[in-house]
Amino acid sequence: MNEYHVIGKRLPRIDAKEKVRGQAHYSDDLKLAGMLCGMILRSPFAHAGILKIDASRALNVPGVKAVITGDDTIKAKYGVISRSPKFVDEYPLAVDRVRFIGDEVAAVAATDPDAALEALDLIQVDYEELPAVFDPDQALKPEAPQIHDHAPGNISREFHLKQGDVERGFLESDLVREDTFTTQSAIHAYLEPHAALAEWDMSGRLTLHTSTQTPYYVQQHLALTLGINPDRVRVIKPYVGGGFGGKSDGMAALDFCAALLARKTGKPVKIVYSRDEEFTAARQKHPVTITMKTGVKKDGTLVARQCKAFLDGGAYCSLGPLTTVLVGTFQTLPYRIPNYRYDGYRIYTNKPPCGAMRGHGGPQAHFAQDVQLDMIAEELGLDPVEMALRNGLRTGERSAAGFNIISSGFTGCVQKVGEETRIKEKKSSKKGARGKAYGIGLGCGGFPSGAGFYFTNTTSAHSSVIIRAGEGGGVSVLTGASDIGQGSDSIICQIVAEVLGLGLEDIRITSADTAMTPPDMGTYSSRVTVAAGNAALKAARAAREEIFRVVAKKMEANPEDLVAADRRIFVKGSPDVFTPFEQAVNLYQTESGGAPLVVRGSYNSPDKMSPTYSFGAYVAEVEVDLRTGEVQVLRITAGHDCGQPLNPMSVEGQVEGCIVMGMGYALSENLSFEGGQTLNPSFLGYRAPVANQCPEIVIHHVIGRDPEGPFGAKETGEGSLDPVTPAIANAIYNAVGVRIKDLPITPEKILRELKKKEKGHEKETD
Amino acid sequence: MKKKLIELQVNDEVHSLAVKPNDTLLDALRDHLGLVGTKEGCSVGECGACTVLVNGRAVLSCLTLALDATGVQITTIEGVSQGEALDPIQQAFVDHGAVQCGFCTPGMILTAKELLEVQKHPSVDEIKQALSGNFCRCTGYTKIVEAIRAASKEQGA
Repeated sequence: MNEYHVIGKRLPRIDAKEKVRGQAHYSDDLKLAGMLCGMILRSPFAHAGILKIDASRALNVPGVKAVITGDDTIKAKYGVISRSPKFVDEYPLAVDRVRFIGDEVAAVAATDPDAALEALDLIQVDYEELPAVFDPDQALKPEAPQIHDHAPGNISREFHLKQGDVERGFLESDLVREDTFTTQSAIHAYLEPHAALAEWDMSGRLTLHTSTQTPYYVQQHLALTLGINPDRVRVIKPYVGGGFGGKSDGMAALDFCAALLARKTGKPVKIVYSRDEEFTAARQKHPVTITMKTGVKKDGTLVARQCKAFLDGGAYCSLGPLTTVLVGTFQTLPYRIPNYRYDGYRIYTNKPPCGAMRGHGGPQAHFAQDVQLDMIAEELGLDPVEMALRNGLRTGERSAAGFNIISSGFTGCVQKVGEETRIKEKKSSKKGARGKAYGIGLGCGGFPSGAGFYFTNTTSAHSSVIIRAGEGGGVSVLTGASDIGQGSDSIICQIVAEVLGLGLEDIRITSADTAMTPPDMGTYSSRVTVAAGNAALKAARAAREEIFRVVAKKMEANPEDLVAADRRIFVKGSPDVFTPFEQAVNLYQTESGGAPLVVRGSYNSPDKMSPTYSFGAYVAEVEVDLRTGEVQVLRITAGHDCGQPLNPMSVEGQVEGCIVMGMGYALSENLSFEGGQTLNPSFLGYRAPVANQCPEIVIHHVIGRDPEGPFGAKETGEGSLDPVTPAIANAIYNAVGVRIKDLPITPEKILRELKKKEKGHEKETD
Repeated sequence: MKKKLIELQVNDEVHSLAVKPNDTLLDALRDHLGLVGTKEGCSVGECGACTVLVNGRAVLSCLTLALDATGVQITTIEGVSQGEALDPIQQAFVDHGAVQCGFCTPGMILTAKELLEVQKHPSVDEIKQALSGNFCRCTGYTKIVEAIRAASKEQGA
């Protein structure tokens, strides 16, 4: 790593100081003079017609300035996947009908929250309750209530994939297993609730500060639903307190309501979701029922897979049509499956809409895949580690879904965690504390480093970066890529600093402000490091070329012989004769007639699936309390291949965050519903992990150099989640000998299965 | 609702402000005093993002009425550093990569501040226990625990 100055170093993030001092401003921290407080009225019914809305009493409350309903809008639908009209299925405020408890019906703006709250109570809505359906099986029945006119049978999306001949594959297999797995309703539970602050200027231009992963899409969808040109919408993303896919829908109802209320009142309007709204009405993760049939040879070689998945989509599309695809495609990583067939169906139900959540379809599919492979390994008397090594995709191969693997460190990951944990040995010589059972298990995954296309029709590049150098020698970087806490601002600055021979402190980054920063798809599909990173790399190289050109002239050297390091430009090997970077910028300006040094770089994925893929293999060690069924995850050992980690400390942060989120998904997190009503809309009710439940985490970077990623880097923010849940599930089985194929694996389920197993034994011995 | 004039002692400064009987300390800090470093994550006392110190003890400002917060010393995240210099706990959070989205960070730091005040050299388990009222969704807590451990070693015996 000696060749680099900034890349590959464990550098603190550029925004860490502001954050530890409480000086980082998030959307809710912003205030404008005369600002009003907005709130949203939500449907109390899971499915109902709206007959009449009377806001007159609400408007009489002192301090209330405006009430808006669907009738105040242009009644334009939106949907993040706007390329396909049938995925554009949602009004920002309900028109004639509501489809889930929490659906947005009206919004109010008032001088203070108490008045707004009182007004919400006084808006009189006459509903006509309609039959509702909460379960995909029920929703598919012919007599089921129809949730959307455009989707007969309540099918929101179906997707089919075929590669090779599965029937022949099963015939050629020595063992064929079929299992059904189910996953729960989960939710992002980012710490910062959605917040949006809208203001219009006198020329009819809107500025919206909002908590989003995708400022560009917010701009597009606001323009669409407000009926104005996108160029009149400026979306600014301040600091964002986490997203994990929950802020990637392009527009949330509060963005629209704040904008419309601000237009109506002529004053700035801020809306902040309560935590209750976040748990009951924001986007969720799809519960999926996965029936997986897998055929293998005696030696564990995968021959065929047939998978059928039913996704409970909730009331609207959100990103769900894509999830339907990804449950099918992501399970073709990290293994070679010669014959493959997938049939995915997303079903509308009268529940909160489900969209993208970290891993986006991967965690559900990988839970099923790696638990089933563990079962197969056991049946065949094989070591899961050997089986993973046998089937793992290698560099140059293509997955069954058509993912082109240009660099794979999967083998290295499996070998490393296998050796380090001595999993084979520990699996049989299990030692648990008194009354507890110890178990160990493997889980694997692979993930794309970014999507290969926009959801909208656009001429913009996937990512673009503009760099400007000032006469003081500082550099400004403009990017539409959104740091939501994952650290992309720091990574982009590291890339620019490395190329220009500067320190992180010499660079100012703006991300993102659609009036200043170039369009960017945003933060989703784990794309920012590769896409925005490459755009930054190109822009930085362009800046360096300009600088070298003028410096070479002055120093009477060849531009190719120059290097940039320590804020200096010099001929390679002669660092003592140099031009300071600042002087070089001024040289450029002198030569250009005073024109500033401004350069740009853009990146489009060369592959319409994804530029490249990350890989991972994790081993979980657990202890199960045989009396209470409680699971303690003792240790997770992670082997992951993100190519070249650009900042290992930041990469570890992503892996650790994924491990704890995956542990919550495996063991406790679950939103419960009754009649479409969320029963546990709170952090404690939802049971996301807290500090004293966390395992020891050991991380092994399996370093490679990806040919496509900037400085050889690949993604790490989402793929790192996939191996966690199956590793824990397999470890629990190893500990107590019961298989639970229904997430989360709660103490109740473990005890119930243990009891069943005991009874079975009793019967056998009778 | 009728407002009442109160005095709050925050970060060694005395502020006079008129609050409603139902205003929380969190409202007073954020909306009246502009101390927005204290975060509102849930408003029902579950997430810990709004943690401040009251006479050195970690308190959830979303569950404390502003009217009840008079006559005590309140410390918010803005009052933790000494001028330009970061508090050792803040510095450790920066150096150890314990900050991602940063929304839980102020509450985490103030909880850690109380812990290290009460117990100079806590074990990893004790740190985890102390933090278990503060949610973080980004970091998996690992680097936060590391940072607090490092800060505790830093402060000597």
